[in-house]
Amino acid sequence: MPEMHFPWLELSILIPLMGSVLVRLPKNREFARKLCVAICVLTLACTIGEFWDFASLDRFEAHDHGGLLSYLFRQGLFVVDELSAPLFPLTALIFLMTFLSTLKTKLDRFSLSGTLVSESILLATFSCRAGWLLVVLLALGTLPPLIELAYRRREGIRVYAIHMGLFVACLIAGWALLPSEAYTMDAATISSKLTFRFLLSGALLTIAGLIRSGVAPLHCWMTDLFERATLGTALLFVVPMPGVYALMRLVLPIAPSWALQSIAILSLITSVYAAAMALVETDARKFFCYLFLSHASLVLVGLELVTAVGLTGALCLWLSVGLSLSGLGLTLRSVEARMGRIDLSRFHGLHEHTPILAGLFLLTGLASIGFPGTIGFIGTELLVEGAVGVYPLIGMAVVVAAALNGIAILRVYFRVFSGTQFSATVSFMAKREERFAVLVLTLLIIGGGLWPQPSVASRYHAAKALIQKRLDQEVSHPPPES
Amino acid sequence: MTLETSIHFFGVMVVAAPAVLLSMLGLSMLFGIPLSEKSTSRLTQSSVAIGLLAVLSILLLMLWNGDRHLPIEMGNWVSIQEQHFHFHLKFVFDRLSIPFTILTFVLCGTIGAFAKVYLHREPGYNRFFLLYSVFLLGMVVSSLAGTIETLFFGWELVGLSSALLIAYFHERQTPVINGHRVWSVYRIADAAFLVAALTMHHLTGGGDFDGLMGSGPWPEGVASIDPHAALVVGLLLLVAAAGKSGMVPFSGWLPRAMEGPTPSSAVFYGALSVHLGAYMLLRVSPLLDVSFPLRVCVIVMGAASALFGALTARVQTDVKSALAYASLTQVGIIVVEIGFGFHYLALIHIIGHALMRTLQLLRAPSLLKDYHTLEDAIGGHLPQTESIIRSPQRGGSPRLYRFCLERGHLDAMIDRFVVRPFEKTFLWTGEMERRWTRFLSGDRSPQVDQARWEHPSINPEPRETTTQRTATQPITTQKRMSATVLTSGQLSTRENSDA
Repeated sequence: MPEMHFPWLELSILIPLMGSVLVRLPKNREFARKLCVAICVLTLACTIGEFWDFASLDRFEAHDHGGLLSYLFRQGLFVVDELSAPLFPLTALIFLMTFLSTLKTKLDRFSLSGTLVSESILLATFSCRAGWLLVVLLALGTLPPLIELAYRRREGIRVYAIHMGLFVACLIAGWALLPSEAYTMDAATISSKLTFRFLLSGALLTIAGLIRSGVAPLHCWMTDLFERATLGTALLFVVPMPGVYALMRLVLPIAPSWALQSIAILSLITSVYAAAMALVETDARKFFCYLFLSHASLVLVGLELVTAVGLTGALCLWLSVGLSLSGLGLTLRSVEARMGRIDLSRFHGLHEHTPILAGLFLLTGLASIGFPGTIGFIGTELLVEGAVGVYPLIGMAVVVAAALNGIAILRVYFRVFSGTQFSATVSFMAKREERFAVLVLTLLIIGGGLWPQPSVASRYHAAKALIQKRLDQEVSHPPPES
Repeated sequence: MTLETSIHFFGVMVVAAPAVLLSMLGLSMLFGIPLSEKSTSRLTQSSVAIGLLAVLSILLLMLWNGDRHLPIEMGNWVSIQEQHFHFHLKFVFDRLSIPFTILTFVLCGTIGAFAKVYLHREPGYNRFFLLYSVFLLGMVVSSLAGTIETLFFGWELVGLSSALLIAYFHERQTPVINGHRVWSVYRIADAAFLVAALTMHHLTGGGDFDGLMGSGPWPEGVASIDPHAALVVGLLLLVAAAGKSGMVPFSGWLPRAMEGPTPSSAVFYGALSVHLGAYMLLRVSPLLDVSFPLRVCVIVMGAASALFGALTARVQTDVKSALAYASLTQVGIIVVEIGFGFHYLALIHIIGHALMRTLQLLRAPSLLKDYHTLEDAIGGHLPQTESIIRSPQRGGSPRLYRFCLERGHLDAMIDRFVVRPFEKTFLWTGEMERRWTRFLSGDRSPQVDQARWEHPSINPEPRETTTQRTATQPITTQKRMSATVLTSGQLSTRENSDA
């Protein structure tokens, strides 16, 4: 396997990890936040370096260049491939934007060091392929929100703990039960005596992935988390979609087609259901949660279709949804920082006070539903085409979900930013750093929408390679017969 | 410069002019550098003038050369060759698109000049022109689209700008609610359009209209698909057209759309947007030749819309609503003409009607004032013509009068049979979710940011949050809340009816 020219992955994991210790030192919280921003900029630079270096290699996968961690553990601890390569800069960017848009008033509640630890864990997760390390990192990733709920906010943790406990239990049990050679085994090895064990482990891993992704009816932890945790923490825990990543790494290579298609149909149902819930929800946080659930489920639909077009659409959508919904979520967070919790059963009329946030809300919302000219357009088109190609009638549900999401987004835009005259004694205008975040997001969303070919070509290449790997495995190692 | 290069240059200019306008207005807002009213209007005028001159140049070159069909290839915007997926950017200049594009530029130019004065010193002046540029680009792209994907691109831009312009006076609730209602109808129409585009892809291997209609210039192309497929695609496109043009059963949004400023009402619902559905039917008219049932459906829908519009327009008590339904009558007749295959008649009807209706809508506010002045001068009411739909007091049928006054109960039916069951179902599932979460959490409800909610400078009327209400109050209160949400839509219906 080729090696990158610099230990990009290791650095992008270690910088936020060390930064999490560093930001605890200054007593001035605003200075600590600025330090966080600097750390995130460095991390983002490393992830962009990784993306560029990997692209220059023109291979499906590559090892990180040998560094400290590789020396301590073993060569090839961190790997990047075409699936994960763009997820690193995306994740780093989402974290950077979150720190940039954190206002002074929220610094007492938002854990800076905990968030940097989360970033480190998440980046490490995305640099792992199927293995115990991935299982451990996925489990570890559930801890920062738990700590915030239990110790910083003194909130009830039972709903979150029950679901995440089940997730970790299924993950560990599934991985432990899975034959060690499952990802390399041939047909002879998967003998009849292993069939039940194989199926059970696959089912447990699938359940784990579905819980983490919030597929209905296992999604209640997500709405609960959005109600109880800080909005920043909740956003960062779900928007990069590590649950989808887990399913891609752990389940996709070994699951039979019928199982994947079942997951796709479950995701499709979740997508429509969540879109409908977003349309009637009266709490802005829960609205965002359902909107995200609907989009994340659409990504899952595409991934489980296992067709080149559907998979390409899903991979494109993964990036566009990550970018646009993090922008939308951060906009809501900025509005919330000025207003408190947003009640959608009435109008707030904030447009005159925060025109920039209003514009960003609309832009990110439209990008998430795949409006023409935005980054989500081609991904949505590909996904719809892929879904309709596999399920001519059921696939239309993707169109229904997209339509409902579109109606929901404009409804909330109108509720938050119009409908009444609002007067405030303090300025609601966007701060300089918020403006910068808005500018970057807008340029990425519009730029990606007007010039989509490079992104689509790269995602298609990744989709083709993933399907080819799966086909190779099916040819040389057919799945077990029941 | 060769003839071919000239045509390509002018073709690009036609689309580039509104695109540049949009990007300049958008970037100025993004970077927080507001343009003056003068700069905005000059930019708009220049863009419209350049676009109009370019399309007129193409027309002259085509007449000179004797061409009837000139495709301008912009290449593949996105392409996955192995999967035969491509988003092909192609614009077609032919007997259908050129008149419609000229009409678009002429009317948008007129409206731009009118709005410059009409909206002088309005706080949302630049916002209006930004949305106007989105609309102009959407209309030009839709008019010239050579593939169904390109048409969809423009179609969506027109829809978004419509909804946001209806909600232009966004400090009031009614325009906002109406804008959202129109957007909802558009999304349903767009969904039908998207499915039609996909079906067309599967049937013909691409979204190019040439692939569907054969190679003949409009309107002589022959569709190359079988009658059943033509019926399916055609019906989906008919739903999309009905949504966009406010035909039955989607007509309820037409009077709501009049909440926007007069210039946008004129250009959208009197002139261009309301005809976009009919234009699309004209573009795919060879489909109608293949499927007789589809032709019948088009005629029936057009006739129903025309009849409904004609009856309803006669009892409206505000001039903009009356004009909106009068527009619907004409659109219905145009669709009937398309159904019967009178393509050129339909095109001429669209152009004539758009011009006349724009004038009427722009004149409407001052006309009322002139009437009042005249009545004051003569010391009495001007003679009024008797409407064919008379009120019960004047001996008319109460049922018919009520039916027309309530606009065929179309909005009420959508509310009753679609919106309310939908909301009821998902509010119930939401409540079940809440109960389940509460059970899992051991009845420990989330804390909320009470201090900020009650901050007097920010929230003059402190109120409990949704989450608290959820946790502490019974389901009946929730139902009352949802009823408040529900009635906001009905409220505007009633307000419109009362108007």
